[in-house]
Amino acid sequence: MSDFFSTFLDELPQIRSGLWVTLEATVLGSLLALVLSFVLGLMAGSRLLSVRGVSRTVVEFFRGTSLYVQLFWFYYAMPQLTGYELAPLLCGVVAFGLNFGAYGAEIVRGAVNSVPRAQYEAAVALNMTPFHRMRKVILPQAWVQMIPSFTNLLIQLLKATPLLWLLSAADLMTAVEHVRSLTGESLTAYLLLLAVYFVLAYALTLLMNLLERNAKRRLGLDTGAAGVFRTRGAEPVTTAGGTR
Amino acid sequence: MNRTFDWEAAREALPLLLEGFRVTLLATLLGTLVAAVLGLAIAVAGRAPSRLVTLPVKAVMEFVRSTPLLVQLVGAAAVFTSVEPLTVGIVVLGVHYAAYTSEVYRAGIDGVPKGQWEACRALSLSPRRTWQAVILPQAVRNVLPALGNYAVSMFKETPFLAVITVQEMVFEARKYGADHFAYTEAWTLAGLIFLIASYPTSLLMRKLEKRLGH
Repeated sequence: MSDFFSTFLDELPQIRSGLWVTLEATVLGSLLALVLSFVLGLMAGSRLLSVRGVSRTVVEFFRGTSLYVQLFWFYYAMPQLTGYELAPLLCGVVAFGLNFGAYGAEIVRGAVNSVPRAQYEAAVALNMTPFHRMRKVILPQAWVQMIPSFTNLLIQLLKATPLLWLLSAADLMTAVEHVRSLTGESLTAYLLLLAVYFVLAYALTLLMNLLERNAKRRLGLDTGAAGVFRTRGAEPVTTAGGTR
Repeated sequence: MNRTFDWEAAREALPLLLEGFRVTLLATLLGTLVAAVLGLAIAVAGRAPSRLVTLPVKAVMEFVRSTPLLVQLVGAAAVFTSVEPLTVGIVVLGVHYAAYTSEVYRAGIDGVPKGQWEACRALSLSPRRTWQAVILPQAVRNVLPALGNYAVSMFKETPFLAVITVQEMVFEARKYGADHFAYTEAWTLAGLIFLIASYPTSLLMRKLEKRLGH
């Protein structure tokens, strides 16, 4: 036990840089996912069949083929096929972004659809342009509904980052795994690792709760201060296969 | 290292992948079973009258839900070295997803009208009879689609089992790819098999949800 923690302290710089890599993958991956969610989600609401079709195909493809396989495809198969090689971290960001972006698109689509029809009609009656209508009327209301689902997705993404260990990117799991192999203290090492991920997940949840409170306040909705500290629920997602 | 898709290698890899696919399906099936039963037990325990029972259960489930499956798997495999990897994998998958399914059951149980509980009391049914004959049949019917969705999710996460040396499909893909330097074929096929298997199931679940009126 003491052996483990003394080695842990010796390896602290590596652990810290591992933590940094994990956070980097989480933040960059979720930013890419967020952008894709909005692009694909809004495309799914288009009047043109071809635009809707492209969005549906991409979403179903990336939701159906397993994140694990996608990640490895980008790491092993793509260099063989195209000659381009991505660094492990970048591979992770691209795979996480595409996979979670596909799930996020469903969130965006659902939230936009749930804005009352009358709001569209009012915006049309006021002669707003489609862009203006989206930006000023529809999205601010849809955004509030998206946040809890996005929080779940963000935690799922964080939970996927240890996969980087398999690509030998120097993430948090790689660093702790190294300490474990030096000391042979499996139980301590993995419990510690799980605890760190739990703390990270809770911190992200708090951040998203703040974001939700802010978004609600902009709509003039009631926000209790206690709501910021609540944990996220494992919401039973209503779209098929969309439980990630 | 630019090369095209090698159909010959793909044809050679396919039977190996399908062989591994059987293990993938087996793990998904048994894992779902564990998650469905354990989740129900946790949901019922979560309604115990004493907070001494409900609080620890909730805390543990929150922890399991917020931490990575891969770390749980690798950790469990490293601690329980004498247990067969496939068994470890199925149990960990089951426990991880039970943390989600218990919430689904909870919502399902909450959805049973209060009057049903009161009627049971009025008829002075035992708690056991109340759950068995009145509450659960109504609750479980509503949660089936959600459970199915988690099964699809679990199916797409079984590749994690390859890390603890369970010889499922991705394990075979990795091996074939490395042995024959045919990563493209092996990983593309693996992805397609997942797509072919999971997409119809997703559609089925969506239909089921619509029919049950969600």
